[in-house]
Amino acid sequence: MARRATPEVNAGSMADIAFLLLIFFLVTTTIEKDKGIARQLPPDEEIEDPPIIKQKNLFVVSVNKDDQLLVEDELMKVGDLREAAIKFLDNGGGVGQEACNYCKGAGDPTSSDNPEKAVISVQNDRLTSYSMYITVQNELVAAYNFLRNRESQRLFGWKFTEVKQAIDEGSFNGNEEDAQEKLEQIQKLFPLKLSEAEPKKSGQ
Amino acid sequence: MSKFRKKKGGEIPAVNTASLPDIVFMLLFFFMVVTVLRDNNLLVQNTLPKADQLEKLKKDRSVYIYAGKPSSRYKDKYGTEGKIQIGDKFTDISNVKFALTEARENLRPELQDKVMVALKVDEETNTGLVTDIKQQLRDLNMLKIIYITAPGNPVDQ
Repeated sequence: MARRATPEVNAGSMADIAFLLLIFFLVTTTIEKDKGIARQLPPDEEIEDPPIIKQKNLFVVSVNKDDQLLVEDELMKVGDLREAAIKFLDNGGGVGQEACNYCKGAGDPTSSDNPEKAVISVQNDRLTSYSMYITVQNELVAAYNFLRNRESQRLFGWKFTEVKQAIDEGSFNGNEEDAQEKLEQIQKLFPLKLSEAEPKKSGQ
Repeated sequence: MSKFRKKKGGEIPAVNTASLPDIVFMLLFFFMVVTVLRDNNLLVQNTLPKADQLEKLKKDRSVYIYAGKPSSRYKDKYGTEGKIQIGDKFTDISNVKFALTEARENLRPELQDKVMVALKVDEETNTGLVTDIKQQLRDLNMLKIIYITAPGNPVDQ
């Protein structure tokens, strides 16, 4: 018997089928890129004898129900908050053991001793708008990032935020563990000390 | 000089479309891989506030909480006060803990300890509501949160 060649399957409509599927996925796709400001909440437990923070090491930011900003008892525009926070954190007014050898601030004795001691306290009203709340948080994080970038630039020659982002996205080329260690080192120089007070009830 | 004369006939040859299916398949696979089918529809208004100091969210270990005013088609039923949505239904503040525990159980077991709560809150909401949610989270010991924001500069609005 003569061997018959199996006829080839007609693949002409393959493209049509693939197009159909393609259009379906194109329509249903929502590429969500969720990004945001990460925060660690304090655990819910009573702290016995909380540490006493000196007035000069405390940077009080309050927002009222009309989204107005009060920083260290002075009315301030939100655009100036970053600058003020940097000035406070970078002050380095401590002497002796509390001196800060990497701070480049004014060294004002009435402002913070060193970044280790400096605490920023945010007080909101319950009726503050969420966008204002985020803006304030964003500006304060920006102040920390600015200082961390400056130190990492000085010590290692790269920017803190850029390397951190590269590691998060998995696109960092080089010794990742080493970089992680250095990131922690920078974080220790400028630890994020943001405290949030219980919000006031409106009108108080 | 006949070398340079065109070959007979000026007809344009048909474009070869044999590789078209391959190209289409490539695109198809790309979209299949990046597609995330929305698993919950929004019941609240959700215009996110802007910020520019952002970190990326690790999606496989996160639980979403939405908050804001009910969107226009639910206004008659639920009013205009800020509401919390977890999954695809409105949740009362006293019920947040239960709903979150349930949502956490849907994650992969090895990631349940590293859970991160993503707060998608409308920019017109009051901070008080967010504070209430955060208090519940502290009670639950889910301390890692991330405020989801839209990229942009918040100061020059």
